[in-house]
Amino acid sequence: MPKNDFQPDRRALLKGSLLMLPAMGTGIGLIATAGADEAPPHIDDYTPTFFSTEEWQFILAATDRLIPEDETGAGALGTNVPIFLDLQLGSEYGSADNWYMEGPFPKGAPAAFGYQLPFTPADLYRYGIAATRRYCQDTYQADFPELEAKRQIEVLSGLENGDIHFAPQQGRELPSATFFSFLLKNTKEGYFADPQYGGNKHMGGWKMLGFTGARASFREWVDQYDRPYPLGPVSLSGERG
Amino acid sequence: MPINKQPVDVVIIGLGWTGSLIGMEMTDAGLDVVALERGADRTKEDFLYPKPADELKYGVRLGMMQSPRTDGVTIRRNGGETALPQRQWTTFHPGNGVGGCGAHWTGVLYRATPTELSMKSFADATFSPGFLPENMVMQDYGVTYDELEPHFDLFERIAGLSGQAGNLNGEIIDGGNPFEGPRSNPFPLPPLPRTLTDTLFTEATQSLGWHPYPYPSANVSQAYTNPYGMQLGPCNFCGFCSNYGCLNYSKASPQTCVLDALKRRDNFSYRTQCDVRRINKAGDGQTVTGVTYIDGDGNEVFQPAKMVFLCSFTLSNVRLLLLSGIGQPYDPISNTGVVGRNFTYQITGSVDMYFERHQFNPFISAGGSGQVIDDFAPDAFDTEQHGFIGGSYIYTTQGPGGAIGGTRVPPGSPSWGSEWKRNAQREYGHHMMIGTTGSNMAYRDCYLDLDPNYRDPHGDPLLRMTYDWKENDMRMTMFMADRIREIVDELGPDYHTESFHKVGDQFDPSHYQSTHLTGGAVMGTDPQTSVVNRYLQHWDAHNLFVMGASNFPQNMMHNPTGTVAALTFWSVRKIRESYLANPGPLMSRS
Ligand SMILES: Cc1cc2nc3c(=O)[nH]c(=O)nc-3n(C[C@H](O)[C@H](O)[C@H](O)COP(=O)(O)OP(=O)(O)OC[C@H]3O[C@@H](n4cnc5c(N)ncnc54)[C@H](O)[C@@H]3O)c2cc1C
Ligand code: SF4
Repeated sequence: MPKNDFQPDRRALLKGSLLMLPAMGTGIGLIATAGADEAPPHIDDYTPTFFSTEEWQFILAATDRLIPEDETGAGALGTNVPIFLDLQLGSEYGSADNWYMEGPFPKGAPAAFGYQLPFTPADLYRYGIAATRRYCQDTYQADFPELEAKRQIEVLSGLENGDIHFAPQQGRELPSATFFSFLLKNTKEGYFADPQYGGNKHMGGWKMLGFTGARASFREWVDQYDRPYPLGPVSLSGERG
Repeated sequence: MPINKQPVDVVIIGLGWTGSLIGMEMTDAGLDVVALERGADRTKEDFLYPKPADELKYGVRLGMMQSPRTDGVTIRRNGGETALPQRQWTTFHPGNGVGGCGAHWTGVLYRATPTELSMKSFADATFSPGFLPENMVMQDYGVTYDELEPHFDLFERIAGLSGQAGNLNGEIIDGGNPFEGPRSNPFPLPPLPRTLTDTLFTEATQSLGWHPYPYPSANVSQAYTNPYGMQLGPCNFCGFCSNYGCLNYSKASPQTCVLDALKRRDNFSYRTQCDVRRINKAGDGQTVTGVTYIDGDGNEVFQPAKMVFLCSFTLSNVRLLLLSGIGQPYDPISNTGVVGRNFTYQITGSVDMYFERHQFNPFISAGGSGQVIDDFAPDAFDTEQHGFIGGSYIYTTQGPGGAIGGTRVPPGSPSWGSEWKRNAQREYGHHMMIGTTGSNMAYRDCYLDLDPNYRDPHGDPLLRMTYDWKENDMRMTMFMADRIREIVDELGPDYHTESFHKVGDQFDPSHYQSTHLTGGAVMGTDPQTSVVNRYLQHWDAHNLFVMGASNFPQNMMHNPTGTVAALTFWSVRKIRESYLANPGPLMSRS
């Protein structure tokens, strides 16, 4: 189970009062958001199009636990990761446009065969969020976002380890660990993908890691061994950090 | 009723590496050539900076690949299992669109060794009788290294190959690969600049008495103009290489090396969004009449042609032959038939090392940059005493630098929360990998056929892959793991993690392995055990030629494309010298 020794007040975070962005440059004309030529929105000002209100509250709380803001840098909320998820799940990724989704989908396929469930990512999030919220109600008589941070972490670990069981839907069960692995993978994608996809606001994820983004030109640096690279990231739209 | 097109001399199915080269050669011969490509058009401009530098789109969502929805594959590990489709690509990344895999490949460009092309003869001469497992199916290619040498050389000049020769006309050269076959010419360009991982690997392997050399790279080291007049610029180690189109005109690809020159020719044309569904057989039972495809508007179109070149990558090559009923499908039970036989893949493994003391700047990386040893090639040492036939190369390459794919944390530590963030931040840039890629022998029960359960949107069965790892190949990889551990000991990382298969492990297609899918339409001199003859001409239809790694009777340790391209030129030379004037079988069936 992950240890989380830095726990900013959740409600304050959800309200955005702890977001620490003024130091990050937002040069004119260099800002990108999902498709639009305007500053990325504040997470509180965003209206989800894929997630329902309750689902959105779950996503805000869960991603905040998965990638919290702390001394290492921005977290999922400060970098608009939930917006990334909302946009991805509402697009061709969410509907698995590209995947082979013809049946049969035999039950109990060995893990070696990879993903073999009939759920698109969009289905899987709807199912997984509802089932996790139901688990929280049954176990703690409270919705996931209302739980203390410590409890939320316990619930997420229960999903990760597959200890929580989801009730079947249409005769099929979604293993909670599968739901968690999508949630975690997509959350990290949102944190680290180019800001044009709606997350990684002002390249906060890249700065945390030390990744250079779309700089993509290093010829004269190849043989400068063991020297930390001095420049910050740039995004596809030209934002510098 | 299908739309009937005007007849042409040559139709090419698939406009990737082999299709582009065939286009050049057959237009050179003065023939009218049409290429049909299933995917979208893609020009160099699609790859202009910064478009490719998008890890989510290309590295994660695999934006350049064929779609499992329209062109899926099912996999099982043995005849007792029900094969299941790859819902999304995990184990390999087949390409789609103009350029094919060649537009997003890595650019490590090798030749087969003389031994690998004549593996059966080598085995017969080298191993004790009865040593090889009974179900192993070994064959020579039917063409020798000396016959292919000029064609390797030509493709390397087309690709601007950068590196250091190790064997120039028999003379062994320091700093190159002493285990390679003799080259008639030095590399067109010098090696790429060396990264920190290259240098550490060199020091460690030299002190172990081995022979490190730079990856032969088709990411070019200097500005270069190739024999077609196409220009490439020096690779800038952009960090978005394998799985991505090149944003710098530096990675050899059909786009950067061939297509603009080809498109200028009046006797060449190409059509995209044309999904070839069948190769049409002629009534004479000895030829084909052309191909049938579905165009972008959903029309069924018949394109008549005097010659058909099947250049659609291993998976489609074999599937189209099976769907078209050309050649007898392989049956592993009765051990008869040929189409789908000798399907092989690649055996890989790796370690990941953490060095607090080193900063690798992993975003500074190029797919074709790396350092290698071939000291454990199939013919470089006595493999029989270690219990296997085959061999592997051991290499390092810098990266992966991407933020999504490149974060590393210590084993057993959390994968989320603040502790994950602290570990990821501390360790980013401090990791180095060493990998091994090895030969894969063919086995009687590893093959391709049509799936009985899963169909594509046109109602055609998907290709089914029946494949597992075998004891011989696992012993080989365990031997290589021990050699890599010796390198790790030399390097002394703070910690390392391992990912190796071992005897008893089953094939695990849930992880990326490689896109070196080989065999299934193999070449040879015996029509009982090969689909095409040594000139890549179909035994059962003399005007049908099959190009690509589907020709390999078993897989070599190195990357396939140098050999694929050399075989393409080898075939075409014979066609131009003999076939065009006198169409008919280039080898007799008996
Ligand atoms: C990520 C990756 C990295 C690689 N790295 C290396 C490397 O470093 N070194 C190396 O040697 N090799 C590498 N390879 C393999 C290399 O790309 C292939 O060997 C090479 O491209 C094969 O050429 P080809 O012409 O056979 O196939 P391709 O270049 O893939 O071309 C086949 C074309 O046929 C089209 N096609 C398929 N079916 C149909 C149909 N029914 N109708 C019409 N068109 C069709 C496809 O869309 C495609 O454009 C790599 C491959 C991948 C995916
Ligand atoms: S690393 Fe070099 S060859 Fe590869 S994509 Fe970048 S510039 Fe091109």
